[in-house]
Amino acid sequence: MIRLIADTLLSQVRTLWLVFLKLFKKKDTVEYPDQQPYMFPRWRGRIILSRDPDGEERCVACNLCAVACPVDCIALQKGEMEDGRWYPEFFRINFSRCIMCGFCEEACPTNAIQLTPDFEMAEYIRQDMVWEKEDLLINGTGKYHDYNFYRVAGKQIEGKDKGEALNEAPPVDVRSLLP
Amino acid sequence: MTLEIGSFLSIGLILGVVIVTAALLITVERRLLGFWQERLGPNRVGWFGSLQVVADMIKIFTKEDWIPPFADKFSFVIAPGIIMTVILLSFAVIPFAPNIGVIDSNIGVLFVLAMASLGAYSVMLGGLSSDNKYALLGSLRAAAQMVSYEVFMGISLLGVVALAGSFNMREIVESQVDGWYIIPQFVGFVIFLIAGVAESHRLPFDIPEAEQEICAGYHTEYSGMKFGMFFVAEYIGLVLISSLITVLFFGGWLGPALLPPILWFAIKAFAFIAFFILMRAAVPRPRYDQLMSYGWLFLLPLSLVNLLVTGVIILSMQ
Repeated sequence: MIRLIADTLLSQVRTLWLVFLKLFKKKDTVEYPDQQPYMFPRWRGRIILSRDPDGEERCVACNLCAVACPVDCIALQKGEMEDGRWYPEFFRINFSRCIMCGFCEEACPTNAIQLTPDFEMAEYIRQDMVWEKEDLLINGTGKYHDYNFYRVAGKQIEGKDKGEALNEAPPVDVRSLLP
Repeated sequence: MTLEIGSFLSIGLILGVVIVTAALLITVERRLLGFWQERLGPNRVGWFGSLQVVADMIKIFTKEDWIPPFADKFSFVIAPGIIMTVILLSFAVIPFAPNIGVIDSNIGVLFVLAMASLGAYSVMLGGLSSDNKYALLGSLRAAAQMVSYEVFMGISLLGVVALAGSFNMREIVESQVDGWYIIPQFVGFVIFLIAGVAESHRLPFDIPEAEQEICAGYHTEYSGMKFGMFFVAEYIGLVLISSLITVLFFGGWLGPALLPPILWFAIKAFAFIAFFILMRAAVPRPRYDQLMSYGWLFLLPLSLVNLLVTGVIILSMQ
């Protein structure tokens, strides 16, 4: 009984002493606006639309990002150019809904939509949280510098026929296989 | 106007300094808690966060002062006034320095204990009149806790009173010239410290207002300045308990002559305030039944034994 009481009291005193010593420890606080925290390159922040190395929009308006989005914050409309490429007529992200989950980036087949380490996106007017395509597009390739969807995909566009893409075998003439 | 016991200057000075100190403690406590949790605490308003208290004050003064329609209006309104009044009244008998004080009372210690008992009415009325289950639970807990911890809070002081031979706080301080009562009355000091924490319901004994269990306890329904009065009264209670410990066990204003007596008092009192904040940062809250059994089954017998041993030693020394 006395042993128990002594142990309990000693434990309390030890707790107080150890917590007191924390007065002299380095603090964990990062004083954010004065002192910028290190942002990891794969941080999921502000969403951008990248361009391919030739400077064309990567987005092919496949709608996979809009389907993957759990909060339905992405809206877009497919358009088609004369050379056969698809592109989004408009591409709209409502950042007041976006939860920065990165599912759109994972769903994107052309690496067009990417998340960046920027998070300072506060606005005073709610309508300003809706970003259009010209706000989202950047003049660069983002994280993937050499990737060009139309150069490697089998999709036929003007100036690139079936079978002419990188690493693509020429189309098989099924009739020549006949006996 | 001269600075002597009972002069208007002295009274005004004590009231002003106590209330301003209690308000400043809001900032001091938040900063110290931050440091002890390896954070920085509020440091952006003013120099190193010193104006945080002004921001808090503006906030609390401009908040809506709302009385719930289901509350018993009269007791709801007077409850915060009671606790503020009795705690400020307790400072009347505290001897801050040889020439600073309000009254030189022969029953100083008893007066403080009586005022502490009256403080229980405030939390009980506040909780009961709110007509809220959390407030009711909080005030039930507060009543039981304050009544039971008052018992041995008084008994633990009797050792000091017996040694000094007086209930007068000034005589208690003056009788400590040869040595502070912390040495002969160490057990009494520990018991008084614990009972003091329970009496001002600070952490770890803040069971009447335990946020995680019962919202804010007896002041759940309070807002605006009425809540502010409960809040500030808690800090004034902290200053009061620290002053009492300083006066009764640590020789009050006594100290080497290189500093004026009032500064010695302030330094000692602030050390205990910091210790109470450290307790808040370090020690977890006990369960309610643990608190009660700890008080009645351990601290009460201990304080009685302490009183008995002290009495035996005093008699045998004569």
